[in-house]
Amino acid sequence: MKNSIGRFVPQQFKPFVSSSDYNNHKRKLIDEKKRTDGFTMLQSVSDMFDKLNITDGMTLSFHHHLRNGDFVLNAVAEEIKRRDIKNLKLAPSSIFPSNAILVELMENGNVTDIYTDYVNGPVAEAISKGKLKGMCVMHTHGGRPMAIESGELHIDVAILATPTVDAKGNGTGFIGKSACGSMGYAESDLRYADKVVLVTDNMVDSIESPQLDGSYVDYVLKVDAIGDPNGIVSGTTRITKDPVGLKIARDTTALLDELGMIKEGLSMQTGAGGTSLAVAYYVKQRMLEKGIRGSFASGGITGYFTDMLEENLFDELFDVQCFDLKAVQSIGKNPRHHAMSGSRYANPFDDNVVDKLDFVILGATEIDLDFNVNVTTDSHGKIMGGSGGHSDTAHGAKVTVITTNLIKSRLPIIKEKVTTVTTPGEDVDVLVTERGIAINPRRTDLLEKVKNSKLPVFTMQQLLEKAHSITGQPDTLKLSDQPVGVVVYRDGTVIDTLYKTN
Amino acid sequence: MRRSLLFIPGNNPAMLQNSDVFGSDAVIFDLEDAVSVTEKDSARTLVGEFLKQTHDMPMEIVVRINGLDTQYYPEDLETVVSDKIDTIMLPKANVEYLNQLDKLLTKIEKDKKMTKKTGVLPIIELASSVLEINEIVRCPRVNGVLLGAEDLSSDLEVERTKTGNEILLPRMQIAYACAALKIDAIDTPFTDTNDMEGLEHDCRFVSNLGMNAKAAIHPNQIPTINSVFVPTAKAINWALRVEAASRQAAEKGLGVFSLDGKMVDKPVIMRAQKILLKARRYNLIDDNGGVL
Repeated sequence: MKNSIGRFVPQQFKPFVSSSDYNNHKRKLIDEKKRTDGFTMLQSVSDMFDKLNITDGMTLSFHHHLRNGDFVLNAVAEEIKRRDIKNLKLAPSSIFPSNAILVELMENGNVTDIYTDYVNGPVAEAISKGKLKGMCVMHTHGGRPMAIESGELHIDVAILATPTVDAKGNGTGFIGKSACGSMGYAESDLRYADKVVLVTDNMVDSIESPQLDGSYVDYVLKVDAIGDPNGIVSGTTRITKDPVGLKIARDTTALLDELGMIKEGLSMQTGAGGTSLAVAYYVKQRMLEKGIRGSFASGGITGYFTDMLEENLFDELFDVQCFDLKAVQSIGKNPRHHAMSGSRYANPFDDNVVDKLDFVILGATEIDLDFNVNVTTDSHGKIMGGSGGHSDTAHGAKVTVITTNLIKSRLPIIKEKVTTVTTPGEDVDVLVTERGIAINPRRTDLLEKVKNSKLPVFTMQQLLEKAHSITGQPDTLKLSDQPVGVVVYRDGTVIDTLYKTN
Repeated sequence: MRRSLLFIPGNNPAMLQNSDVFGSDAVIFDLEDAVSVTEKDSARTLVGEFLKQTHDMPMEIVVRINGLDTQYYPEDLETVVSDKIDTIMLPKANVEYLNQLDKLLTKIEKDKKMTKKTGVLPIIELASSVLEINEIVRCPRVNGVLLGAEDLSSDLEVERTKTGNEILLPRMQIAYACAALKIDAIDTPFTDTNDMEGLEHDCRFVSNLGMNAKAAIHPNQIPTINSVFVPTAKAINWALRVEAASRQAAEKGLGVFSLDGKMVDKPVIMRAQKILLKARRYNLIDDNGGVL
């Protein structure tokens, strides 16, 4: 079966129709988990497996707020290995290189299916090599809470690393030796899993305004350390010094200005990459020159945005995940810096933040003539990322801008057809490269606004030809026909299939 | 007419590939100081091959060869001089070397049946060259002069400073010599690539001395340089009004007229024309005559 953009969809999945098709469907909500009267303390990871009777075939979920410093998923994986439990399904909201132990569990048949929003490193390589007996189902950050609340992704046990837990089982990421800031991606798991365990290395009497409500918590496990602070958040996130990245950022800002997006009350989101932060830097300069103030910035939040909040360049920040120490420090003390859940951030059926964005700045591994974007695989089809909030913000924001070098490592980033579609071209408005800008022909309004400007605007085909004039035309890669996973759009339909690679 | 010239090390493939995207008026592919002795051959080959492959670069292409006091320059010239480049930059230039270079270029252009006549940009980086400046600007093919302050300071045995008092004289001499010949007076690069405020201050200072362009050693310096070496919006607006008033006066047969209570005569009109020439060249006036 093929979906509306011509990509193969395995039989057991629903095919993608369009990015706004969710409007034709009603929100489906299962009952929240039963509230508890109090939690039970666990003695060890092994005790957790005993008390919760974790056995073959169950689904265990995790969040990724401790990023590459997370010890909890790995500790659970060690216990699975020790007990040789089979056919488990794991649902971590993201998987990082530090979770390499999962490769062994896949090879041994302990883990047969993975549900995640993003995966890179050894686990991604192993999935691409076909080491999962089942499938890797890749959601978006908004699609994951939708899948959980609708029961499509049923979680038997949510095992949630939590930097600080109080006597009532409430949890927060704002404080503690493993503080990570907002824990937005854990909230759906907390509310809808059959059983919830908080794993912490810091217990206190009480927490003011906890993000995780203790009445959903069944068990708490105290350990020495839930993570390595060095891997949890980076010390600082920095604006790129790469002159090509800065040129792209300057041109992006000039374009946003030309489109009238840098205006009083603006709302925006960028990634934490160097070029994205450079866009934030140049937008900030324009805001200061114009003497304007934005309404909000959202997403994964960096210190760059908390500085802008402190300087009153935004009214509020909506934060699903903190990317650096400055953001962690800010969320605990600035009342205008709000934590939000993954659902509030991007669930298409929730009153979400992404729908209120004026513009979002996103990256791309590949982009094609139809403006489809790939951030899931490399040009060989190997998994190296995933949507995260890419497709969610691209759909929600009024203007979606992709910034990328036209050529990376001698390869053109524009393709006739992307290897894997992560975000549909219907939601991608503009591409900014160092050699020119392409605007989606669907956005006649944007084309009209720039038609008299001096901006270097080309068609996508022209930019492709520019790239080929430098690199030559790369051979087309033939993918295998053995699916190892699917890219699930935010509404639960499959937008593309992931194939086995060598 | 140039505002900015960007040095690109000739031994760096990634920088060569992206050299045309930063908006400089010229790129200078460097075979001299940016390239160590052990890489002279490979850099020359790389630049030569890059030039063969490249096309449609929207700016002037300059190659800085090794000096005529080295063993490298004959092969440099043989490899890079072609219709693909516009200008050869000559380090440690003096009148003797410039005349020698003219002869070499004439022979290569003839042998290669080139359609283009290669220009020359001498670098003034010796005290003796500063004293020769009035002759240097009159040498064949010279279409501008670059001040090389680092080597010049070394020759003078003085410390290079951000204020630049030690190079005030050569800056002014180059500005005057170039203005007399209507060629570009190009200032030495600002070497602190993290200090954009300092760069802007330096550009404004030399612009006020009469220099009209600056070399850059980092792409991030280009927007600042380009923004300084153009007329201000206020100046362009004034020039546009002078142009319009001049047209009206000419229709009435008046050579001198008054604008805002001030007399406007030929030198003022010429100054306005120069401002507008630059403003139009760099797209600072829109189709409706508004200042961008």
